[in-house]
Amino acid sequence: MDTTTTSAVATYALRLGDDALVLAQGLGGWIARAPQLEEDVALANIALDLLGQARALLTYAGEVEGAGRTEDDLAYLREERDFVNLQIVELPGGDFGVTIARQLAFSTWQLALFQRLVDSRDETLAGVAGKAVKEVAYHRDHATQWALRLGDGTEESHRRMQAGLATVWPYVAELFGTDELEQGLVRDGVAVDSSTLRPEWETYVGRVLDEATLTVPDGVPTIPGGGRRGVHTEAMGYLLAEMQHLHRSHPGASW
Amino acid sequence: MSELTPAGGHGAVPVDGVPAGHRAETPASRSDWPLWEVFVRARRGLSHQHVGSLHAPDAAMALRNARDVYTRRSEGVSLWVVPAAAIVASSPDEKDAFFDPAADKAYRHPTFYDIPAEVKHL
Repeated sequence: MDTTTTSAVATYALRLGDDALVLAQGLGGWIARAPQLEEDVALANIALDLLGQARALLTYAGEVEGAGRTEDDLAYLREERDFVNLQIVELPGGDFGVTIARQLAFSTWQLALFQRLVDSRDETLAGVAGKAVKEVAYHRDHATQWALRLGDGTEESHRRMQAGLATVWPYVAELFGTDELEQGLVRDGVAVDSSTLRPEWETYVGRVLDEATLTVPDGVPTIPGGGRRGVHTEAMGYLLAEMQHLHRSHPGASW
Repeated sequence: MSELTPAGGHGAVPVDGVPAGHRAETPASRSDWPLWEVFVRARRGLSHQHVGSLHAPDAAMALRNARDVYTRRSEGVSLWVVPAAAIVASSPDEKDAFFDPAADKAYRHPTFYDIPAEVKHL
C-alpha cells in the first residue's frame, strides 16, 4: 500500500471508531436513568460493546497513522473538528423514543456495514468487524423489540416513538454518504461502499416500522451533514466536554 | 396478575394473595410488569440453575433482559425464563410437615455400601 492509502486507512478506521465512541458516550448517559433496571443494564451492555469496538479501531488508526498516538490520545485529546463520526450518533438521546429510533437506524446500518467489512483485505478491519457482527446483531434486535412494543403499545408510547423517528430521520441520509477517500479504499478492497447499504437498510427498517404500526417520517428536512469532514452539531461540543473533561484536567489519570 | 403485588423478591415467592406495600405510582412503573424467574445452564451437560428474577412486559423481553442481566460475564449457554406466577411453591407454614420427617432417615442415603474402586463418579 502506498502512503496515501495508508493514511486513508487510518482515517477510515477513525471514522468507524468515532461512530462507536461517540454513541457509547451517549448511551452511557442512560446508566441509572433508564425506564427500568433491566433496561439500564441492557443499554450499558450495548455502550460497552461499542466502546470495545472504538478502542480497537482507534488503536489501529493510531498504529497505521504512525505518529505514536494511542487510543486515549485520539479519544481525549482531539478537538471537535478532528472527530469524523456521523452526526446521527451525537444527537442528544435523553428521550427514550429518540434513543430507540437512533439505535434502530444506526445498528441496522452498522450491521450491514460490518457484515461486508468482514471480507475486507485489511485483516485488522476484517477482524474487528468479525467480532462486532455478533454484538451489533443483538443491538439491532434490542432496538427492534423496543420499536415494536413502543410503536404498537399505548397511544402515548406510539406518539413518542413516532416523534423519536422524526427527530432522527434528518440524519439518516448521512449514513449512506460516500466520498473519494472511501471510494478509493473500496477499489482496494479495504472499505465498504456506504451507498450500497441503503436497500438492505430500508427493507429491514421498513419492515420493523410497518409491524410496529409506525410510519417512515415524510417531509424530512435535509441537513447539510458533514460529520465525516469534522462538521458537527451543537450537541457534539457538550458531549466531548463531558467525555474529555476528566482526562484533560488530570492528564494520565488511571484507575 | 392481581392489581397489587409485592415488587422484587427472589425465588418462587407467591405473588398472588400477598399484601403489597404500596400501590404503583404510575401506570408505567415496572411494578406493573410481571416477575420472571431466570434459569441459566452454565454449559452442556449441566441442568439449568435458578439464578434470580427480573421484571419484563412479556416473554420475549424477559429472555432478552435475562441475557443482559444474568449472562454478561459468560455465565451460560442456555436460558429459561418462567413467569413467577406459574411456579407452585411450598409454603413456609408447611415446612415441618414437608421436610422434617426426612431428617432422621439416614438409611435413605446410599452411604452403607462398599463402592468398588472401579466405579467412578458416584
